[in-house]
Amino acid sequence: MPMNDTSLFRNILRASVLALTLPLVFTMAACSSPSVDDTTGTADVDASASGEIVVYTALEDELVEEYLTDFSAQYPEITVNIVRESTGTITAKLLAEKDNPVADLVWGTAASSLLVLDDEGMLEPYEPVGVENILDKFKSTKAVPSWVGIDVWETAFVINTVELEKLGLTVDDIKTYDDLLKPELKGHIVMSNPSSSGTGLLTVTGLMQLKGKGTDAGWNYLDQLHENIDQYVHSGSKPAKMAGAGETIVGVSFGYAGIKQKRDGLPVEVVFPTEGSGWDLEANALMKKDAINPAAQTFLDWAISDSAMNMYKGNYPIITNGQGAKYDGFESDPVDQLIDNDLSWIAQNRESILENWNEKYDGKSAAR
Amino acid sequence: MDKLRRYLTGLRVSQLLVLLLCLVMLTVVLIFPIFSLFSKAFLNKSGDFVGFANYIKYFDTPALSTSIINTIDISLWSTLFSMILGFGYAFALTRTRIKGKAFFKYTALIPIFIPTLVHALGLVYLFGKQGILTRAGLFPFELYGRLGIIISETIYTFPQAFLMFYVALEFADGRLYEAAESMGASHARVLFRVTFPEIKYTIVSAFFVCFTLAFTDFGAPKVIGGSFNVLATDVYKQVAGQFNFNMGAVVGTLLLIPAVASFTVDRLVNSKNSGTISARATQLTIKASTGRDVFFFTLCSLVTGFFLVLIIALAIGGLTENYPYNLAFTLDNFSFNRSVGGMGAYTNSLKMALATAIFGTIFVFVYAYMIEKTAGFTLLRRFGKLLSVLPLALPGMVIGIAFIFFFNSKTNPLNFVYGTMAILVIANILHYFSVPFLTASGCLKKLDREYESVSDSMNVPRWKMFIRVSVPLSLPAILEISMYFFVNAMVTVSAVVFLYSANFKIAAIAITHMEEAGDFGQAAAMSLLILLMNVGVRIAYEAAVRLIKRRTNHQEVTV
Repeated sequence: MPMNDTSLFRNILRASVLALTLPLVFTMAACSSPSVDDTTGTADVDASASGEIVVYTALEDELVEEYLTDFSAQYPEITVNIVRESTGTITAKLLAEKDNPVADLVWGTAASSLLVLDDEGMLEPYEPVGVENILDKFKSTKAVPSWVGIDVWETAFVINTVELEKLGLTVDDIKTYDDLLKPELKGHIVMSNPSSSGTGLLTVTGLMQLKGKGTDAGWNYLDQLHENIDQYVHSGSKPAKMAGAGETIVGVSFGYAGIKQKRDGLPVEVVFPTEGSGWDLEANALMKKDAINPAAQTFLDWAISDSAMNMYKGNYPIITNGQGAKYDGFESDPVDQLIDNDLSWIAQNRESILENWNEKYDGKSAAR
Repeated sequence: MDKLRRYLTGLRVSQLLVLLLCLVMLTVVLIFPIFSLFSKAFLNKSGDFVGFANYIKYFDTPALSTSIINTIDISLWSTLFSMILGFGYAFALTRTRIKGKAFFKYTALIPIFIPTLVHALGLVYLFGKQGILTRAGLFPFELYGRLGIIISETIYTFPQAFLMFYVALEFADGRLYEAAESMGASHARVLFRVTFPEIKYTIVSAFFVCFTLAFTDFGAPKVIGGSFNVLATDVYKQVAGQFNFNMGAVVGTLLLIPAVASFTVDRLVNSKNSGTISARATQLTIKASTGRDVFFFTLCSLVTGFFLVLIIALAIGGLTENYPYNLAFTLDNFSFNRSVGGMGAYTNSLKMALATAIFGTIFVFVYAYMIEKTAGFTLLRRFGKLLSVLPLALPGMVIGIAFIFFFNSKTNPLNFVYGTMAILVIANILHYFSVPFLTASGCLKKLDREYESVSDSMNVPRWKMFIRVSVPLSLPAILEISMYFFVNAMVTVSAVVFLYSANFKIAAIAITHMEEAGDFGQAAAMSLLILLMNVGVRIAYEAAVRLIKRRTNHQEVTV
């Protein structure tokens, strides 16, 4: 069968039609949703009180909603686009976006994470209005701070009272770290894994510092604790939730996680160990970008203003201006609860502590 | 001269162009991003090349050997269980006369209608320390850890195994069975000598799909794995715990091993495999057999019953105040927080899932057609096949981070998709590419190659042949593929959690937020809504298939 020239032409034409449709399909998908990046370029009179900002945060969903009502009331012209994820996810996302940051600022995210971002040169130092009211140990040590803390979260035991009674114990029997070593509690303690959770890390580094930096005392304690541990989980709040659901009896978690369970009506008590708690900050920072959006600075000013601080302390009683509240049923000043945290020691020893921890406890936690 | 001219005018040029285009597109969304992440496996934190130093360090860690052995262990067991159950279930629906086949077909897919995180929630409600069955004394085992992961991965991989076997068993050449019967072969003999050889390719594919899915899944080990370490939790620890992308990339590359192995085995199996249904095949008539039907009905009922119990447990969780301490009935869990996106997240999920289904199906089917039905270009097609299995081995987190590196780069001309719905759609298509590809190529393999040769010799262009013959003949598979994309896009979390933007929140991520916040009831409630939507879509799909079948049967009669 002879072929003619038109068939060559037709074949190529058809191939190119098909060739064009597929990318077109992808482009259509691309155009079907608005881009978030068109936030700059506002020619308004006051760029600091209007426009659109992208805020990354690790604050709990329901708290974000509560706090933002206040901001929107004060700055109705500023649209705040929130991306909220757990500390690990949001930090990994920020780091991966390093070459072309999307977020204008970070709000309420672990200071230990912001230290990592700062080391990478990703933060733009900024002095928010009222920064002088923030205690020195709760903000970056630089002259113009690269991050500023808003509140503190700290190691707490979240205890399911109903299940505890079944063991013949009461909440009063669990006051100190050493109380966790009671033989009755064997297999009834859940703690977060320090290599996947910031809460796990601050608990372990807190213990190391309490028992004596650079000695074996901390490890000796953890060896004994390991005997009583049921599982190490990959989230800071999960031990508290498991205690709330009765899936474990003692969750080594952080204060707010337990308080939320209690507010929800679950049979838990939150206990702060008498020896003191390891801690970390929820902190804010401005991201280094080619064009800094003035509205982002407005947000950072608001985020340490009195009205914001007063809202924070309803949930996290220790706030960074030292004007904190008290925990329900916890008499003394909660700031006394915090150990004297040596952040630079943590930064230097973090890797070796985790290596040792993994080798001692994680590698052995296999099949049973 | 004449020969050369015919070669150029022939179909080969346009075929080559389309094939190349398919490969380029997949390379751009798969190899480029993955390379941008995995290349970090050979760099140190400051970006200097360090060769295999990171690997040596990782292999020096004693926890590693445990992780690898643990991962292989749970993958093998769950693969074994889901393949046996999947095969039995598919056999029941295609080769027996049991009642309620349509019902069983829906319920088999329950696990992929809800986010994997939710399976784990359901299992905790059932088998946890306060679980309904544990409290009733019916489950004296420790759920958290190895057992929980194996149960969870079996549930997760069962629908995949079932679907693959179902598609494979649906086609049968009745003549083989008649011949076997007339020679007096026993049931077991028919099974081993006719049925298994017929679906040999599917058995191998199903094994690797299930194995790889279990091997790389992170959802179940995170929620229910206790302290049982697997490679996927190692990636999470490195990336989201210690922000060490270099070591994360090291573990990520190890996760590719099963996929590469499957590609090799697939080549070995395929070289001897020519399992097409000849144009002369006859319909298989299923003989009556009470014993067989009772056995298979019981099997289906047990599997289905288990899934339904899981859903009921979720419903109890979603409709009570605070399980297990306050069992008062409530509907409060259905009023979602605004900050997680509320009902807007639900409609966004729908949009995203639809786009994923439409564009994903077109791309996968054209891609599979070019790989299966193009003559020549062996190397290119082999490369295309390798590309098609890789996505299966990538944990969502790896896809998510790699997409950020690649698409968010200032120098990337595709940068404009970052932060839009499109990147979520592309990530989903890539993440779920492998199984639809297997479905499509499995279906295309069964179409007689004679169609192509006839159309070529009659000078009918391939695209016409593709649209007039291949697509209509494969419509059930095509619908199956779009369903698969749709439901997975509705429930997926792991990749999109890194890619969604502030303006476009989706329902599955809202569920993880609810679970993180400890609102198990709300998470269960949102999951039930997603389940309802997926079941609705499934019903529409079944109706469409029935319509198509009726029409094609009609045509066959009239032609």
